[in-house]
Amino acid sequence: MTSFIIFVLGIAVLFYVLLGGADFGAGIVEIFTGKKGADTISKAIAPVWEANHIWLILAIVILLNGFPHVFATLTTYLHIPLLIILIGIIFRGTAFTFRYYDTIQENTHNYYTVLFRISSLLTPFFFGVTLGAIILGHIPANVNGTFYEIFISPWLNVFTLTTGVFLTLLFGWLASVYLTGEANDDETYQTFEKISRNFFVLLIISGLGVFLAAEFYGLHFFSKFIHSEVAMGCIVAATIAIPLIWRNIKRRNTLQTRFWAGLQTACILTGWFAIQFPVMIFIADGSNLTIWNSQAPERTMSLLVYALIVGIFLIFPAFAYLFKVFKFDNSADETLA
Amino acid sequence: MDNFLAARLQMTVSFVFHIVFACIGMTMPWLMFMAELKWIKTGKQVYLNLAKAWSKGVAIFFAVGAVSGTVLSFELGLLWPKFMEHAGPIIGMPFSWEGTAFFMEAIALGLFLYGWKRVNKWVHLISGLVVGIAGVLSGIFVVAANSWMNSPAGFDWVNGHAINIDPVKAMFNKAWFQQALHMTIAAFASTSFAVAGIHALMLLRYKNNEFHRKAIRIALVFGAVAALLQPISGDISAKNVAKLQPAKLAAMESLFKTSKPAPLVIGGIPDVKEEKVKYGLHIPQILSFLAHGDFNAEVEGLDKTKKEDWPPVLIVHFAFQIMVLMGMLMVGAGFLYLFFRFKWSENLEKRWWLKTLVCLTPVGFIAVEAGWIVTEVGRQPWIIYGIMKTSDAVTPMPGIQYPFYLITLIYLFLTFVVFWLMRRQIIAIHTNPQNIDTHD
Ligand code: HDD
Ligand code: HEM
Ligand code: HEM
Repeated sequence: MTSFIIFVLGIAVLFYVLLGGADFGAGIVEIFTGKKGADTISKAIAPVWEANHIWLILAIVILLNGFPHVFATLTTYLHIPLLIILIGIIFRGTAFTFRYYDTIQENTHNYYTVLFRISSLLTPFFFGVTLGAIILGHIPANVNGTFYEIFISPWLNVFTLTTGVFLTLLFGWLASVYLTGEANDDETYQTFEKISRNFFVLLIISGLGVFLAAEFYGLHFFSKFIHSEVAMGCIVAATIAIPLIWRNIKRRNTLQTRFWAGLQTACILTGWFAIQFPVMIFIADGSNLTIWNSQAPERTMSLLVYALIVGIFLIFPAFAYLFKVFKFDNSADETLA
Repeated sequence: MDNFLAARLQMTVSFVFHIVFACIGMTMPWLMFMAELKWIKTGKQVYLNLAKAWSKGVAIFFAVGAVSGTVLSFELGLLWPKFMEHAGPIIGMPFSWEGTAFFMEAIALGLFLYGWKRVNKWVHLISGLVVGIAGVLSGIFVVAANSWMNSPAGFDWVNGHAINIDPVKAMFNKAWFQQALHMTIAAFASTSFAVAGIHALMLLRYKNNEFHRKAIRIALVFGAVAALLQPISGDISAKNVAKLQPAKLAAMESLFKTSKPAPLVIGGIPDVKEEKVKYGLHIPQILSFLAHGDFNAEVEGLDKTKKEDWPPVLIVHFAFQIMVLMGMLMVGAGFLYLFFRFKWSENLEKRWWLKTLVCLTPVGFIAVEAGWIVTEVGRQPWIIYGIMKTSDAVTPMPGIQYPFYLITLIYLFLTFVVFWLMRRQIIAIHTNPQNIDTHD
């Protein structure tokens, strides 16, 4: 039962990264394309971003219902980065919508755009920082200590900053790969293609950076990966996907490109899950919160399973339909009359 | 500012902001659905224009509703981690159902707003209906979670820990039905009156305009029915509060001493030190009837509660009076409207009537905010009534006043921008002649 819930939690995180993450990434890509890419980007994410965003809500709800202690620990010790994420979410969503719907074109559109881009950059970075803090294990077991020790240093250090950079690049890369499929003309296509290539190189470098920083903080990612078959499998699969992605981008086979890029991201996340399992949050004194020691009572968990099953049967078909209408059917291009 | 106060204020600001968008999110899909249905049935272009014009505004409100709701789901932990740690397993269930409802809502909304040309009109219409149903359901689910805080059920509290947890019992606690019903009606009443008011203003400016006339008509049917139902539902709420949270009822009515029979106090200024109400109109026996359905029943006063456990009487009392006053104004207008629809319909075109509607624009939302202040402030000092004090649940992180200032500034700014954008949308409707059909 617990494993099923964890599985759905993993799916929610994965989809949030693949879909919601790419929506943030689109805002990052826009920094480099300027006005030209912006139109494509607006059209691409307007119908779906709100639905993509709910994967985050789902993850939060699973945590607060099924793993209340994890939720309370995160929100207590990582209050500051989470607050910044929230502010980013507020400005990204509103600025984007305002830009899309404010029919009167004038200076104000520049303000929306600036807000949209900054918050699209800031939010993924702090998601990465939060993630880093969970892995790093500097979160204290109680609030005895100075403000800096308890509420800042667990998430503000070289390791978390590298994970922040890594996640930002991952989102940007995913978005640029997806966006090649949204381009309507050659020039736009090439712009996105070039950006995706640059992001990819940076992503590899920052990925190595994460491993190095981990070594530096005594996390020993290398040996953990080597000792876990699943994690190794994931790395191999992710590597195999690289040439496939490039070939498909060159051939302009957008559907396959998206598929392999998605799969590669899924591998990265699964690899991380594999070395993290069953710990949810590493705590400084070693009293880690695992899925077993932090779960809610039996009855709550079984009811959560029912809710999730019903939810899955409702959501997945509906979600697939939404994507079919807006992502795989380009016959009607005028979205708003 | 001390941490605890800052946390409470931040929660207040966040909810006061979110609830406006939540009400709109629950109601507008139904209005758009009606407009589109009428378009399909009558073929009149004006209804289609109306549905489209509304949907552009709604997209903006939905985005703000979604982000402010996300803020809330985090804030439950950011500000009240101890509360969520205990309450999560007990009331997480309605939240998880709410999550499913949000998903359906967001997906259907995507189809509705952006699918005008991509899906056929029936799929489009149905997706509008799904948005409406999912919106109302998500409202009911969160309110169920909130009602549990007022009427805790489904667990045993032993040495500061909850055991024998039963989330089903917790969700269907004694207060959930009354609150869910009252809230749903409130959403319809407040949004419909606001919509009618805005279109009435436009109708005053652009006379003889079929577009605005039809808009008012659709909105006010919902609004009038909701307004007339609301006092009945409010009465159910009051009777339940009298049973479940006597201290809250006593604070609402400023009843300091347990009385048999108890008078109803209208207006007046409660003086907490001297424990009596200055000025105000006292009507004998009526409170006994309203609270217990019997003119001679005893009504528990604040004297039954330790003074340190009193809710802030002044705030709760004023908020309650304001809600009821606004409710009565809406009842009057709703009644007149239905009356005019059947008889003397020429009044519906009169300037005085349109001006009245304009004046009533904010009334429903004022009632909603006031009502929530009654509920939430009236529960103090408890976060889980009778079980956990709000002050024991607050986050240990110091310096909460800074997030509070920040969130408040952001929401003030967003409020301003949303108002400004709505004005621009309305202007845009009128500068684009295709949107405005004066004849149908
Ligand atoms: C359009 C909005 C609106 C209107 C016209 C009214 N209310 Fe209300 N009221 C609400 C909107 C609201 C609300 C904001 O939706 C609340 C807050 C929590 C809830 O369940 O509903 C509420 C709460 C609330 C409560 C507290 C419930 C609790 O704490 O559990 C009572 C006793 C009443 N109302 C009673 C009334 C009465 C007697 C009304 C007579 C006209 C009335 N309300 C009109
Ligand atoms: C603890 C309290 C609350 C939390 C955690 C919360 C959370 C949320 C979240 C996360 C969303 C975004 C969903 C989306 O992206 O579409 C949302 C929207 C919504 N909420 Fe709340 N909410 C709370 C209180 C309320 C209340 C009291 C109501 C109403 C009765 C309400 C009704 C709605 C509705 C109808 C929407 C969808 C409409 C829209 O997006 O504007 N919520 N809420
Ligand atoms: C959207 C409508 C709502 C409004 C306008 C509202 C308003 C308020 C206000 C004014 C307070 C501060 C009370 C005080 O400290 O004096 C408060 C506190 C709080 N509310 Fe609500 N509330 C709403 C719905 C909800 C819902 C649906 C939930 C949860 C499930 C909830 C949970 C809380 C919590 C946890 C606190 C903090 C603890 C406390 O002060 O008791 N509220 N709310």
